Amino acid sequence: MQNKSNQGGGTVGDWINDRLPYRQFVEDQLTGYYAPKNFNFWYFFGSLALLVLVIQIVTGIFLTMSYKPSADGAFASVEYIMRDVEWGWLIRYMHSTGASMFFLVVYLHMFRGLMYGSYKKPRELLWIFGMLIYVVLMAEAFFGYLLPWGQMSYWGAQVIISLFSVLPGIGEPLAIWIRGDYLISDVTLNRFFALHVVALPLVLIGLIFFHLVALRQTGSNNPDGIEIKENKGPDGKPVDGIPFHPYYTVKDIVGVGVFLALFFAIVFFAPTFLDLFLKPANFIPADPLQTPEYVPPVWYFTPFYAILAAIPDQVGGVIAMGLAILVLFAMPWIDRHPVKSIRYRSFLYKALLMSFAFGFIVLGYLGLKPATTLYNELALRFTEFYFMFFIISWVYSEPRSRNYYYGAFAIVVALIAVIDLVRDMAGISWIALLVMIAVTAFFLLLPAHTRLNESKPVPERLTS
Amino acid sequence: MSNGVDNNRRHFLTVATSVVGGIGVAAMAAPFLASLRPSARARLAGAPVEVDVSKMDEGERITLSWRGRPIHVVRRGEDAIERLGEIRDRLRDPDSDSSDQPEYAKNEYRSLKPEYLVMVAVCTHLGCSPSFHPDPADPAMGSDWPGGYFCACHGSRFDLAGRVYRGVPAPTNMDIPPHRFVDDNTLIVGEDAEVA
Repeated sequence: MQNKSNQGGGTVGDWINDRLPYRQFVEDQLTGYYAPKNFNFWYFFGSLALLVLVIQIVTGIFLTMSYKPSADGAFASVEYIMRDVEWGWLIRYMHSTGASMFFLVVYLHMFRGLMYGSYKKPRELLWIFGMLIYVVLMAEAFFGYLLPWGQMSYWGAQVIISLFSVLPGIGEPLAIWIRGDYLISDVTLNRFFALHVVALPLVLIGLIFFHLVALRQTGSNNPDGIEIKENKGPDGKPVDGIPFHPYYTVKDIVGVGVFLALFFAIVFFAPTFLDLFLKPANFIPADPLQTPEYVPPVWYFTPFYAILAAIPDQVGGVIAMGLAILVLFAMPWIDRHPVKSIRYRSFLYKALLMSFAFGFIVLGYLGLKPATTLYNELALRFTEFYFMFFIISWVYSEPRSRNYYYGAFAIVVALIAVIDLVRDMAGISWIALLVMIAVTAFFLLLPAHTRLNESKPVPERLTS
Repeated sequence: MSNGVDNNRRHFLTVATSVVGGIGVAAMAAPFLASLRPSARARLAGAPVEVDVSKMDEGERITLSWRGRPIHVVRRGEDAIERLGEIRDRLRDPDSDSSDQPEYAKNEYRSLKPEYLVMVAVCTHLGCSPSFHPDPADPAMGSDWPGGYFCACHGSRFDLAGRVYRGVPAPTNMDIPPHRFVDDNTLIVGEDAEVA
């Protein structure tokens, strides 16, 4: 008993499919995968992140062919790539621009998730895998930043590794274990190279695989935050869904076209991007005896760096920075409001999320600037607001009594006041404190007396 | 007991195999994790450094490298030494109780001789090397600046003995390395002085 294709009657495709069921795979993943029909602009960034990953891997492989991971040779080999290797400048600028664009795309992708409640049940694990990807991406970027062995590479790594030495007891041995030496040296560069080109890319690809498997299980959320799987037609397909291929593959190609135009505009005309993507000090070879005037991290780390620097206490600053990232993991259990999309959330929640995004950008700006009294004060206040966002989101999760809002207001104001009292500063900035109390009152007292925190009714079907 | 299967025995064997396998994995991981510690070569690179301080002017600083870290030697003038006593109230740890220095440098000057400061010029906050602002009239440092160090990374301030100010991120004074004077002009960094 032989089937048709084994008798030689089928196509080459049949022959392969009998041995490797690619047709089933394409149907499961693309042509038979139904996505909501109302994806908008914000839904470009997932596929764009995949595109940047491919750019980084391909350019990275070619850079590895000319780069030398040693303290003596690293800086010179990067200059060699830039000047002597044919098209080396293009490959290297694509890689450096790709790093920044990766974070830009991922931040927009995460903001999309926050706006449309894409982290909420049943997509908690999808969100957590996404957060893990984000954290591994930060590590990958950090390890890669040391490789050119310039002044910023060296001192940036010095500051970040020193964060670990703050941990009580095990801190200093841990920092030495990470460096493999008593200071950042050839040993450190070598192992960061291994982690950057082999270990973390493998981890990243594994996490992306799980992110996509989890996405296929729950299906995409959408700008209305309505589950399309709950409304299926007689054919068993979601009424408001369309096959991912060809509809969204074609849509994504438009995004890819626009993105690549912007990407190469930066690569060709502004590869340092106003010194944000590549710092001038990194065109000076690393000097372990001379710290540059100012060591700001690359722009994609600066919001967290501003939080670190805002707290006038070493351990406190490191804890706050770690917490600022960890708290995002818990987002599905912090904001438990039944309405997913911001389209149907209350006016106050919209204001809260927009203020949070604005504050994140301000923190990013402050992290780029040298510490002054004014900037320190601003960084501390925006750090307080960063954390307030999560407390208020929790409060907004369900209707609360008037007393509950008053209690929450009192607790938040008390926390802010305690921080002002314990910080070892010359004095309290009364204006800043009053502004913080006013902001707290806006978000926690208005819901007690107005209808500004009422959600809108969510429609049955997708709206567009 | 069904079909002659001894479930207790099966359970015991499963657990025992898992435990033995787990121990094997842990034992195998140990050499890999230990290989990341400083190698024998890295541990050896820590020889003492000799410096000639005879040509230093008052207020001058020289930078040298010991164990790969920047060491500053500063010759302080009479007035600079005097100012060290006047700013106690503005310091977090004026007596260096929670800071790292050899016993013979645990004093107001944080040095063997009041005139010479020998210090690891690494900010105790996150390891930047602070910049040297010895001039009390330095306009960038504010009106009541007695001379000292400023870390541009996160704004920590230190006096001319490496003692940290209040209200800045650095938690302790900068470290003082072991050092001794062979004679009046020759300083060795990396070896302890014999305290009389």
